[in-house]
Amino acid sequence: MSRAGKIALLAFGVALALFFALLAGKVWVPLWGMAQGDPRGIIMMELRLPRALLALTIGAGLGLSGAALQGYTRNPLADPAILGISALAALGAVAAIFLGLGVSTGAVAAFAMAGAALAVLLLGLLAGRSASAVAFVLAGTVLSSLAGALTALLITLAPSPFASSEIITWLMGALTDRGWTELRIAAPLVLAGAALLLTQARALDALTLGEAVARSLGVDLGRLQLLLAVALALIVGGSVAVTGIVGFVGLIVPHMLRPWFGAEPSRLLVPSALGGALLVLVADSLVRLTPGAGELRLGVAMALIGAPFFFALLVRYRRELA
Amino acid sequence: MLAAEALTVSIGGKTLLEEVDAQLAPGRITAIVGPNGAGKSTLLSCLAGLRAPDRGWVLLDGAPLDALGPRAKAKCIGFLPQDAPLHWNIAVRPLVALGRFAHGDAASMVGHAAIERALDEMAMAPFADRLAGTLSGGERARAMLARVLAGEPDWILADEPLAALDIAHRYALMAELRAVAARGVGVAIVVHDLALAARFADEALLLDNGRLVASGPVGEVLAPEPLGRVFGVGFTLAETEAGPVLVSLPRPPFP
Repeated sequence: MSRAGKIALLAFGVALALFFALLAGKVWVPLWGMAQGDPRGIIMMELRLPRALLALTIGAGLGLSGAALQGYTRNPLADPAILGISALAALGAVAAIFLGLGVSTGAVAAFAMAGAALAVLLLGLLAGRSASAVAFVLAGTVLSSLAGALTALLITLAPSPFASSEIITWLMGALTDRGWTELRIAAPLVLAGAALLLTQARALDALTLGEAVARSLGVDLGRLQLLLAVALALIVGGSVAVTGIVGFVGLIVPHMLRPWFGAEPSRLLVPSALGGALLVLVADSLVRLTPGAGELRLGVAMALIGAPFFFALLVRYRRELA
Repeated sequence: MLAAEALTVSIGGKTLLEEVDAQLAPGRITAIVGPNGAGKSTLLSCLAGLRAPDRGWVLLDGAPLDALGPRAKAKCIGFLPQDAPLHWNIAVRPLVALGRFAHGDAASMVGHAAIERALDEMAMAPFADRLAGTLSGGERARAMLARVLAGEPDWILADEPLAALDIAHRYALMAELRAVAARGVGVAIVVHDLALAARFADEALLLDNGRLVASGPVGEVLAPEPLGRVFGVGFTLAETEAGPVLVSLPRPPFP
């Protein structure tokens, strides 16, 4: 199958999943529920549609960020959550909530983006010294635990039990009760970040042969790092600000697609965006179907899928990493 | 003309290059030789514009090289490092296509033609769709050189391109570089195989301890006297049916 054919197939999958997301839930709404005057139409258009579009947006953003990060760090274990970018974005967002700037507002998004940008720049300092895959993952662990500790500190210091509970619920990562407001915050940020990332596709390819060759080919590494930091801050900051941490999407998706699209970083970007959208859409539809009154949190579900996947990757790469 | 003037590079108090002057000429192969740690690779990366000297200049046709932007520099100078990593197992054609990065035209007719020419010239066309990770050492060296050729640079700077190759592949690669130089491309290679350098290069730069000890035609520089002084072993020219060949001789303190 040609590359365009494969991309069309993925896009078709995303369209199907979007359709499924509108129908699936505690209340199954049949297609004719959309008919004029049917009260179930409100469920679809006002609750499920914005939530599905948000799932699509952040899934695409996270898949794309994972593919770009793996290309930039030349590290198959890279992912915004594993490298601590999401954790620092979450710390930024929690700081904003702590300061009383509300939940799911532009201010929270701005704080989250600042956190994400800081994480990418710190990782970039490491990449500038041609760090190994292990060094990156360790640096991510350090950033994550530091951000986690500071987040916990803010929760302890929260002015009221209500505020801490708000922060904790938000942190777990979910699309529950997210609507048009959140979509209006996240979508422009993710789109802008994605557009910026896609302009750097060929530079990521050049890094395949290492930094010395990339520089000799005319890649301005400082500029690349800066643009990536801005793009990832927009995407990860924008996503985390409205949904909390949803991990492993950026790790899983490029891996699943690499055998299908080839290993060149530039050729994985668009497919990974589609694959991420598909994964998060399907996962979010399935968590709505969990029995009981509540629903499984999306961030929890992704970690339950992602952690074993990460472990399997470690087993596969253990020889190279040793 | 690609020239270094009074290049001085030091790192952490250690002087890697001291007041080195060197000229590369179009259409000529210049061998950069010297013992380990003499500063050969440092000189090459300065000439490639990848490392800024502490003092001195690199001049491209009389103008400072660092006045050019990264892409303009990359269009002029092709750099082949010592065993470049292959972080992703990509196919040979996209690998060679990276050579067009600075031109930004890998997808256009012009870029495509240059890529195919480079593949043909290195006899890599039959391997174009193979994954680079599955190539043998010799094939991989040819693919990497094809990557440089695809960029159609005026200068090719190669750091020990022969290191991982057996003797037949070394001859083959040197013959390829000879053919490239015959088109007017200026070539500089860091090389440890002195006999091969004496045979295929036009000029040589002999470095020792960061200083330029001798430079000029290979016949004068890669001669028993200066080489013996720098390397501390004996050299002689052996008469063979293929002409005089540079041979090293064990000499005290070596057994």
